[in-house]
Amino acid sequence: MKERMTRRTFLKVAGALTAAVAFPVSRVEVALGQTPGQKFTFAYISDSHITQIKGTQFVRNFDNGLKKAVLEVNFMDPKPDFVIFGGDLAQLGKGEEFEHGLEMMKDLALPIKWVIGEHDYYLDLGKYWQEKMAPLYYSFDHKGVHFVVLNSILTDDDWTNKRWSTPEERMLQMARLDNPDGSPFMVKEEQRAWLKKDLAKIKLETPIIVLSHSPLYKIFKPWNFWTDDAEQVQAILKPYKNVKILHGHVHQVLYNQIGNLTFNAFMATAWPWPYVTTYSQLPNKMPALTVPMNRADPFKERDGTGWGHFELPIGIVHHYELWENPARTVRKTPDMKQPEDTQYQSPEKRISPQKHY
Amino acid sequence: MGRIHMVLLFFLIGISATFLWAAETPLGLPPIPMPSDNPQTPEKIALGKRLFEDKRFSADGTVSCATCHDPQKAFADGLATSEGIKKLKGTRNAPTVVNAAYYDSQFWDGRRSSLEEQSKDPLINPIEHGLPSHGPILETIRGDGSYPSQFKSVFGVAPQQITIDHVAKAIASFERNVISGDSPFDRFLYGGDKTALSESAIRGLEIYRTKGRCQDCHTIGQTNATFTDNKFHNLGVGFKRLESRAIQIANAFRKAKQEGKDIDKAVLGDQEISELGRFVVTLRPSDIGAFKTSTLRNIAVTAPYMHDGSIQTLEEVIELYNRGGESNPFLDSGIRPLNLTDQEKADLLAFLKSLTSPQFANIVQSTRKE
Repeated sequence: MKERMTRRTFLKVAGALTAAVAFPVSRVEVALGQTPGQKFTFAYISDSHITQIKGTQFVRNFDNGLKKAVLEVNFMDPKPDFVIFGGDLAQLGKGEEFEHGLEMMKDLALPIKWVIGEHDYYLDLGKYWQEKMAPLYYSFDHKGVHFVVLNSILTDDDWTNKRWSTPEERMLQMARLDNPDGSPFMVKEEQRAWLKKDLAKIKLETPIIVLSHSPLYKIFKPWNFWTDDAEQVQAILKPYKNVKILHGHVHQVLYNQIGNLTFNAFMATAWPWPYVTTYSQLPNKMPALTVPMNRADPFKERDGTGWGHFELPIGIVHHYELWENPARTVRKTPDMKQPEDTQYQSPEKRISPQKHY
Repeated sequence: MGRIHMVLLFFLIGISATFLWAAETPLGLPPIPMPSDNPQTPEKIALGKRLFEDKRFSADGTVSCATCHDPQKAFADGLATSEGIKKLKGTRNAPTVVNAAYYDSQFWDGRRSSLEEQSKDPLINPIEHGLPSHGPILETIRGDGSYPSQFKSVFGVAPQQITIDHVAKAIASFERNVISGDSPFDRFLYGGDKTALSESAIRGLEIYRTKGRCQDCHTIGQTNATFTDNKFHNLGVGFKRLESRAIQIANAFRKAKQEGKDIDKAVLGDQEISELGRFVVTLRPSDIGAFKTSTLRNIAVTAPYMHDGSIQTLEEVIELYNRGGESNPFLDSGIRPLNLTDQEKADLLAFLKSLTSPQFANIVQSTRKE
């Protein structure tokens, strides 16, 4: 009976929350006083892992995830200014997978900002990507916000160029978790120098959004939920007053605060990863701030996946559009010190994991 | 804690109440969820029944709650979509009141959270009871020979103090007692009677729980079964009415809702808006065309099926699920082709027919004859 009451209350909460999602403009008004900057919204889609079986056959489940995200972004009203793709469009970096993914992304009648993931990179080292999508790293400005896109999934030259007999073998090795022959991701010296130079012209007060595929902090090395030179990148960003770092790769709701830097993960459209803490006894640095999402119900293909959007001014609101679950909203606490879930942050407000017989 | 007391109270009252189907919760049902601000009394239930059947609460005196929720038709109406005053047609199939007490939300799109809230809407919907406001109901009640004393006895209010909320509480109390379990399925699974189901129905239960993928939404629990997950799913039924215009229709509704449009009137009066389903409540695109998982209890006697009553027989319903629903961009991710054999379909049908409670078994007979 108690559970029933809880579910009832939860439904009301969920209703209020999702109603709020649908009225982004009215809700931003509340938070507007906290930081300067123009109002706008951008959506994100990430980690679609389009997988070729053979010829024109692709894994239906992953196709459906990307199609669904594209469809729902097209329903946004008012429309977002642009869409960020957070990396791993392909599973094994094949031209056929990119083409198939691009065919679906074409239905978005919006500009796309591309971030490369390791599944897009390690077959041809970014050749296709640079020809058809975007440079591997770049920056742009939009309505007073400086956006920086990094290629955070590089690794050392020996692993990349000398270890494997074919590009296909290299790609397959990089696609594995818990791989003893794997190699940690890095931004590397050349890009860090570029980043320093790029930011040199930016005022310390200018809002900055950094987009990377892997988290620019360290969670769990065996899964590459990790960027090896994260501290050095963070040091470059540290002087700036208003920095948000958005990343894909982890396929789960994840947010963190390190000093003045706020981190938010994108959802994947393909599949959810379990939380490291539920899987491994090994040491990990799962952010204590994050309220985890529910365990996915395997009956529902799309459970545990989704897309999302951000409302600017910077740092205000991150919406996780979670399929088969209530949407969630993460925003800065009133003192702007750290992100928190607007509904479920305190332990007594959390929903216990789904129960099935 | 309070809830347990309420349930106990209900059991005690149940023994003396005249309308109750059984003196205690029937086999296979969980305790009735009871709101703390609307405790049951036999007098309140009796008052609710009277209000439920009173045709004066409609614009032309022809429609009561029981018109579309007819006790002789298992508290449904047998129509694809219901008829209100002047034979006006709505967009939705009347769901049975039987066991509605167990839903977390009411209406096909869950736009109301309680029976109390739900009961007030049809009265003032132009194509149902058709009243301009709840005022005329209160006037009729106050001017009636015996309603004032009944309200006085149940709620302790003088005629001028009677509000629509009192009316709603009484109707909801009545509806909360329209429950039924004790079907052959219940006697088999929860009553230990291994002869209660046919061999075919027993095989059907196995299909239901495995290959048929029914159990994940139409939940059968360890100790009882409500046959619903209380969630909303898109099967694609009726989606053709939206087709490629879904974005325009959804965004037009979104705007109208922001401007204060009445959801209840919009849903029942506009076929396209009706097909948006759960979206009208949440405004989430993933809820487009999603409707509440309805109970399967008494399903054999509550045809036709689906939110729009567009499917006439259980055989056709099984075919719908077997082919993986109607393809559409918002199809629920748990719905997929099942590849059931003819024997498996027949067994599933036998199982569904075992979900009829004894008090409605005679309706099965009459339906079969037609």
